[in-house]
Amino acid sequence: MLVPMAVACAMAGASAFTDRHQGVVAVAGAVAALGLTIALLARQDTRLLVWFGGWEPRKGVAVGVGFAIDGLGAGLAAFVGALGVVSLVLAARLIRVEGATFHALMLVFVAAMIGFCLTGDLFNLFVFFELMSVSAYVLVGYEVRRRAALEGALTFAVTNTVGSILLLLGVTLLYGRTGALNLAQIGRTLTEQPADGLVVVAFALIACGLFVKAAVVPFHMWTADAYAVAPTPVCILLAGAFSELGLYGIARVYWTVFDGPLGAHADALRAILVVAGVLTGLLGAVLCAAQHHLKRMLAYATIAQVGLFLVGLGLLSADGLAGSAVWVVADGLVKAALFGCVAIVQHRCGDIEERDLHGRARDLRPLGVVFVLGALIIASLPLNGSFLGRALVEDAALKAPGYAWVPTVLLVVTGLVGGTLLRAAARVFWGAGAVAPRDPAGEPEEEETGDREGSASLLWIAPVVMIVAAVAWGLVPGLADAAGRAAAAFVDSHGYAAAVLDGRTLPVHAPEIPAPGLTAYLYAAGSLALAGAVAAVALARVPALPAPLGRAVDALRRIHSGRPGDYVAWTVGGAATLGGVFALTLL
Amino acid sequence: MSVLPYVVAAWLLLVGVYGAITSHHLVHLVICLAVAQSSTYVLLLAIGYRTGGRAPIFSDLPPGTPVVDPVVQALTLTDVVVEATVSAVLFALALQAHRRFGTADPDRIGTLRG
Repeated sequence: MLVPMAVACAMAGASAFTDRHQGVVAVAGAVAALGLTIALLARQDTRLLVWFGGWEPRKGVAVGVGFAIDGLGAGLAAFVGALGVVSLVLAARLIRVEGATFHALMLVFVAAMIGFCLTGDLFNLFVFFELMSVSAYVLVGYEVRRRAALEGALTFAVTNTVGSILLLLGVTLLYGRTGALNLAQIGRTLTEQPADGLVVVAFALIACGLFVKAAVVPFHMWTADAYAVAPTPVCILLAGAFSELGLYGIARVYWTVFDGPLGAHADALRAILVVAGVLTGLLGAVLCAAQHHLKRMLAYATIAQVGLFLVGLGLLSADGLAGSAVWVVADGLVKAALFGCVAIVQHRCGDIEERDLHGRARDLRPLGVVFVLGALIIASLPLNGSFLGRALVEDAALKAPGYAWVPTVLLVVTGLVGGTLLRAAARVFWGAGAVAPRDPAGEPEEEETGDREGSASLLWIAPVVMIVAAVAWGLVPGLADAAGRAAAAFVDSHGYAAAVLDGRTLPVHAPEIPAPGLTAYLYAAGSLALAGAVAAVALARVPALPAPLGRAVDALRRIHSGRPGDYVAWTVGGAATLGGVFALTLL
Repeated sequence: MSVLPYVVAAWLLLVGVYGAITSHHLVHLVICLAVAQSSTYVLLLAIGYRTGGRAPIFSDLPPGTPVVDPVVQALTLTDVVVEATVSAVLFALALQAHRRFGTADPDRIGTLRG
């Protein structure tokens, strides 16, 4: 599973081929990985176990490092592989490379993400986490000649390093308590003892480390800077998979390790996670609306969506998890399409601010249609994957007592984000409405890198294919049921431990997943209406927010100052706060 | 003896993070992150220590001799390697910043706001 990726990146790294061949080799490697992950997904058994070096568990105690591959993990790995293929195809045309470094790094990045999805060992998780992060640091800062790229990569690297330190401290504490690193083993050992301060502190540390990657408020500050400056193929992988894998990590660690000891406090934890998700969603949406730089706009849209995925996950139920999983894939495809459109616009017109691009992309109208479709899908246009995922999360929220307000928040966030994207599309592709104001905090003009030749025909295919895929994803028959079964297997910590340590397979009780009902359509209609209203209001005149609100938004934007020291301060402060909240509620 | 390594680990973490927050030079920032990371090494090794344990090499010891935990030492080595890689990347970025933009002050590089 991992082997072809490693072989592929070794090939690309040590290749003596000329530049012409690199792109092809890299794409071939990615396609091979995709094929293998799809083969994994298509297996019928619930969990596949691979123990490296043949170190099988002895008498129920795991002694080796293993991969424990279940439905959601394999699905996510296949999704990462698909995004990897798309990114590498785009990279083959968009990136001017000297040497094979970029493609090799991309393959390593994809390999690390696939490994992260499949692993069953906590330290292995950490190692793949680090590998993923380091290759991302280099890829984001690839165009190091640009000042902004350097700064983005720097803040990204510094903030995520602090996150990984927190994660490792948590892992160390768990090892100290249980003497095990296998996720199932740790879970089983912890369940036998009551949860005490050490377990809660370990959970807080691990959660903070993964939240930094997942760009949850207040750990999210590196995200906009990094996405704004990274080359587009890297953005596709970052937006589609990187942050979502942070959430996957938390879900995996929670349901294998901490569900036992902390299960009694599930209500408190549910509240904390849902609130964190809601805050992230709202902050992302508000800052998205305030942006005029297309890539930063998409970055904040991603943060907002990740917040909503966290809400789905934080409901701590199988159907919420299934909804989030379906939504993640759909959203990743849509984001890939949107980033692809932005890249083509940037390639052709050489600018990335709404004001400068006003109406200049008129001859790229078909791309405008793709962009608008993407924006509508985010605002949950019915009959596609995003809508399906969101409907499942809404149903889960309505089922959980006390969370009936959640779908309304989802509506507001997706409406705001969709509306902002519609506004951007209308301004850029159709020249409609008032010209955007000069962004006071925007990036200064830089000479653009990359040639302007019309070599864009291959590039057009990518966004179109992605949008079609996003729509088709929602129409796959039986998707909701398959996701429900996979999610049920995921949250079944006893079954996981039994399968990994004892080799037994316990039956899985899959939840009933009804088709999206009237409420789902109503919420979707509400979100679409809000999106339309936001876009119309923004286009009709240069909107002037009432003064206190405008000042608040400006203050919020100033907090994201671009200084690594500030970001680290927020990360540490957030970790301390989260740790305190956990200590108060989970002990 | 039993509490001191944990206090040292906590102190290293705090000092490293404080230095990273208030740093005015990129090289200093990277070294502060390295100090913070070394708190994890100390914590790992402290957890693995067994009072009276010998080094975990059984070529000359009879099996059953108490030794310190070798797994933790392996984890620490992995951690050192990871941290070395990250530091290398960060130093490369710092070098590029100084070379191209004439400054190594993290506050003065910035053009990304909001």
